[in-house]
Amino acid sequence: MNMPVAKSDISASIPSAPTPPAVAKIVPLPLRQTAMNTRIRATLGKIAAAVIPPVVMIVVLLTAWQLLCMRPGATLPTPTKIWTEAYDLIVDPFFVAGPQDIGLGWRVLVSLQRVAIGYGLAALFGIALGTLIGQSVWAMRGLDPIFQVLRTISPLAWLPISLAAFRDSQPSAIFVIFITSVWPIIINTAVGIRNIPQDYRNVAAVLRLNHFEFFWKIMIPSAAPYIFTGLRIGIGLSWLAIVAAEMLTGGVGIGFFIWDAWNSSRLPDIFVALAYIGIIGFLLDRIVAGISSIVTRGTSAN
Amino acid sequence: MTSYCKIDHVDKVFTRGNTETCVLKEITLDIEKGEYVSIIGHSGCGKSTLLNIVAGLTEATTGGVILEGKHVNEPGPDRAVVFQNHSLLPWLTVYDNVRLAVDKVFGAKKSRAERDEWTLHNLNLTQMTHARDKRPSEISGGMKQRVGLARALAMEPKILLLDEPFGALDALTRTHLQDTVMGLHEKLGNTVMMITHDVDEAVLLSDRIIMMTNGPAAQIGEILSVPIARPRKRLELVTDPTFLKCRQRVLEFLYERHRFVEAA
Repeated sequence: MNMPVAKSDISASIPSAPTPPAVAKIVPLPLRQTAMNTRIRATLGKIAAAVIPPVVMIVVLLTAWQLLCMRPGATLPTPTKIWTEAYDLIVDPFFVAGPQDIGLGWRVLVSLQRVAIGYGLAALFGIALGTLIGQSVWAMRGLDPIFQVLRTISPLAWLPISLAAFRDSQPSAIFVIFITSVWPIIINTAVGIRNIPQDYRNVAAVLRLNHFEFFWKIMIPSAAPYIFTGLRIGIGLSWLAIVAAEMLTGGVGIGFFIWDAWNSSRLPDIFVALAYIGIIGFLLDRIVAGISSIVTRGTSAN
Repeated sequence: MTSYCKIDHVDKVFTRGNTETCVLKEITLDIEKGEYVSIIGHSGCGKSTLLNIVAGLTEATTGGVILEGKHVNEPGPDRAVVFQNHSLLPWLTVYDNVRLAVDKVFGAKKSRAERDEWTLHNLNLTQMTHARDKRPSEISGGMKQRVGLARALAMEPKILLLDEPFGALDALTRTHLQDTVMGLHEKLGNTVMMITHDVDEAVLLSDRIIMMTNGPAAQIGEILSVPIARPRKRLELVTDPTFLKCRQRVLEFLYERHRFVEAA
């Protein structure tokens, strides 16, 4: 802002000596500040561009919901009613008021523990079996159609069978998670192993890598993007399965909470639980996707 | 009659269902130690198949390859290959790609520090030290081939197999890499067998040019010695009568006597 003034000063009155140093000192400072300002503004702009649209949409949807359910005779509660009636559930996830009266955070943790065991087993078993199957054309041809049929079976349909087999709700729930999430992991791993480029096999052959080295240095890294696709589908499915399984087996988990709330006509609580399930499922997916992008960095790009 | 590397009466027949396709017929070739041999021919004449047979990646139907008096029929680091499409492992850095080969070949013979040094030495030979921590996806096609070359050289192969190493590169990068390969051949005295379909490249780099007839049942049509003294200078050769004569011989072979008949 001082520039034009300074310039006219110089051109108008050359002999006035004190002006040039003053110009030299003043000009750089505002320049640097504007550079900083634009950078901060750009960052803030980016954050705003990511945050504002979803916030606006949530407000719009909540308003629509509020308006729709405010009519007389509406069967579902409004957001404001949920807020007032399920206030303690929303604000404090980790309260303990009695053996069956605990915060949703605790219930989610119990469910997550079951998922961790069932999904962990599915990941180990699925990757191992997929690796074996992927190496044999005949195993692939023989087993792939069977897996394709089995993977479409609903988690709930497995529950009676697992209850009959284990005669206990806890292992049954874990088994249901396992059996739901294992198929995409097996299938994707097998496809990944089958799709190892001939180039990498040639490199391994020229270097005379043994089976063990080939497995760790070529096979697993090369198939990693496929394996992680399977793992990502698997975590989504197992989170779907846990809610269904817990509804039927009982216990402390978030699924049973919904069933219990339904039986005692606490509709607002169910909505809060749904929000929990959605957010946790989203986070689980993000976590697996994050691990995937770290582990497979550079692998997919060629 | 014991040559350094002998391709001995190699036939290759591919069988698919009931149809048999004879790709290579009666290929016999002796390669001397330190010699630079190019194999040139139209696409589909089986020159890559021949290289794969020497590498051990493809098995000859009859005949075989003898390297330093020993029959070779499986791949090994003594016949290191620089693949046309570089074949670097994308999840490893430039350094780790070379190091993998060094660890495998010299794991028992060299200490950890020596292997590190040897890896860097070979990256330095191909002028790729500056990109040691980059991944293959972050470097150019020419650089990838340099890393592929460093990996192959690091195995200290008895014979270096180049499978159209410059085929996928632009003309300027190719020139640059040819000079690098020529310089390394002079410096290290490697025995090299190179597949190419570039006549100038073949004449510039080779001691002998093996010209293949068109497939099926491709044979060695003619062998041309290139009696140009080394070190060779690209710019001087442009007007060198021997260079021009050799070039003409290869061109005549490829485009007059064994013209590529497309979809005949």
